Amino acid sequence: MINLLSAILVLAGVFFYLAGSIGLLRLPDLYSRLHALTKADNLGLGLLIAGLALHMQDVFIVLKLLLIWLAVLAASATSAHLIARQARRREAGS
Amino acid sequence: MNTASLLVFDALLMLTLVGLAWAALAGSDERLSVILFIAFGLVLAVAWARLLAPDVALAEAAIGAGLSGALLLSAVGSRPRGASRTRASSMQNHTEEGNTRVLQWTITLLCAALAGILAWALLHALDIGPTDMLPQAISANLATSGVSNPVTAVLLNFRAYDTLLELAVLLAAVLGIFALGPATPGYQPAGPVFDGLVRWLVPVLILTAGYLLWVGAHAPGGAFQAGAMLAAAGVVLRLSGRSSIGLPNGLTLRIVMAAGVGMFLLVGLTLLVLGRPFLGYPPAWAGTLILMIETAAMLSIAATLLLAFHGGRPKSHALAARTESANAATSNTCNEEQTP
Amino acid sequence: MMTAQWLYGLTGCLIVALGLRGALLHDSLLQRIVAINVMGAGVFLLLIAVAYRGPGLAPDPLPHALVLTGIVVAVSATALALALVRRLHAERDDD
Repeated sequence: MINLLSAILVLAGVFFYLAGSIGLLRLPDLYSRLHALTKADNLGLGLLIAGLALHMQDVFIVLKLLLIWLAVLAASATSAHLIARQARRREAGS
Repeated sequence: MNTASLLVFDALLMLTLVGLAWAALAGSDERLSVILFIAFGLVLAVAWARLLAPDVALAEAAIGAGLSGALLLSAVGSRPRGASRTRASSMQNHTEEGNTRVLQWTITLLCAALAGILAWALLHALDIGPTDMLPQAISANLATSGVSNPVTAVLLNFRAYDTLLELAVLLAAVLGIFALGPATPGYQPAGPVFDGLVRWLVPVLILTAGYLLWVGAHAPGGAFQAGAMLAAAGVVLRLSGRSSIGLPNGLTLRIVMAAGVGMFLLVGLTLLVLGRPFLGYPPAWAGTLILMIETAAMLSIAATLLLAFHGGRPKSHALAARTESANAATSNTCNEEQTP
Repeated sequence: MMTAQWLYGLTGCLIVALGLRGALLHDSLLQRIVAINVMGAGVFLLLIAVAYRGPGLAPDPLPHALVLTGIVVAVSATALALALVRRLHAERDDD
């Protein structure tokens, strides 16, 4: 039962990663690509970690996985913001 | 775990690694090479985890992909766009199409022959089978080594001399970087988003470094990974435009840089004076001595890696504070003009 | 001899060859540095593949320690090489 639930969550996470990667390749400009990449990958990572956390016995390991997800969330959001701001400045300058 | 699915996973991982290595070195775009190399390093960390090498996976992700990638990206970013290709081809005395076809094919065939020879040697060695003499010696002596993580025991007890020399190599590289010129120009002060991230990320990184240092005695971790975490904290501080990146200055900086090698030598020579072999810890004290050496090594590794990213000798704090306030004043006026 | 050892070892050999070819043929110094790092990664792959003993058994810790040392030495050599490249470009730009 836990295996089935975990497999469903991991597959859903992988599906979101796939969607993010297709968005990276197919969307027209930088901002929409950043949007697809950040949103889809963060959700994908969250589902992946939820699927993995079901297998863990120790609650501290689950907390560590949660901390990983939060750190990736913050870092990817910040770097998407920085990339978009730099692209905006470059457009405004040229 | 189904062996067939593991085989599929291994084959996919192998193809991804070879493909990323090929793509990173195809083409002549430097920036693309560096970005693909960072991706290659991260997939390599997955391969280390699959091959049951978690300490190496941590170090590869932090140092091999992370810090190396940061160094390479800052080197690529500092070059003006479009200068890379023309400057490179004018530096060599080649014809306009670069290396000749004959040279390219000869070198490709020679490298393929090298791969073939290595693969033949590997096949031969694997057919003979593993010799378990050294692993058995390591596991037999693990109880008296002071730690229970075999990799830490090898690094800091059985082969401590090699780790001492490695720290000396790190120090020598940074001294060479000091001798080559001033530090790379700093970055602009960060906006509120990045600044907010840095404010809570740096304490978390410091805590994680302390945790990795402590847990390295009985689980994957250790001084190198902890030092890389501290260096990452310093890199993030530098990228956000701050003048003080967590390094002390003057004599304290020199002491911290030399602390790794210094602590090793202090412990080794004291043991020599007490009649034991150089770096031959007495079993009762081994755990404490290893922790002392690892702490000094962590600080030293962090300082040297951060100085390598800095690119040169850091300015003194007083001078840096004056330039930072001047930069902040000018950038505040610029921001007021630009924000809509 | 296990399949995983052979597979990852062969990957290591291929990556060493790719890295060496890149280091010899590229014009750009930065790409040569990346190529040498890739070559180092191939050597590490070879070492750790040989140290692997199977899914449940503990691997041989000695090559792990060697590779850990190798990673740190590789990054310090890369940092020195990049400082040299920066200085080289500064000198040539002044001419």
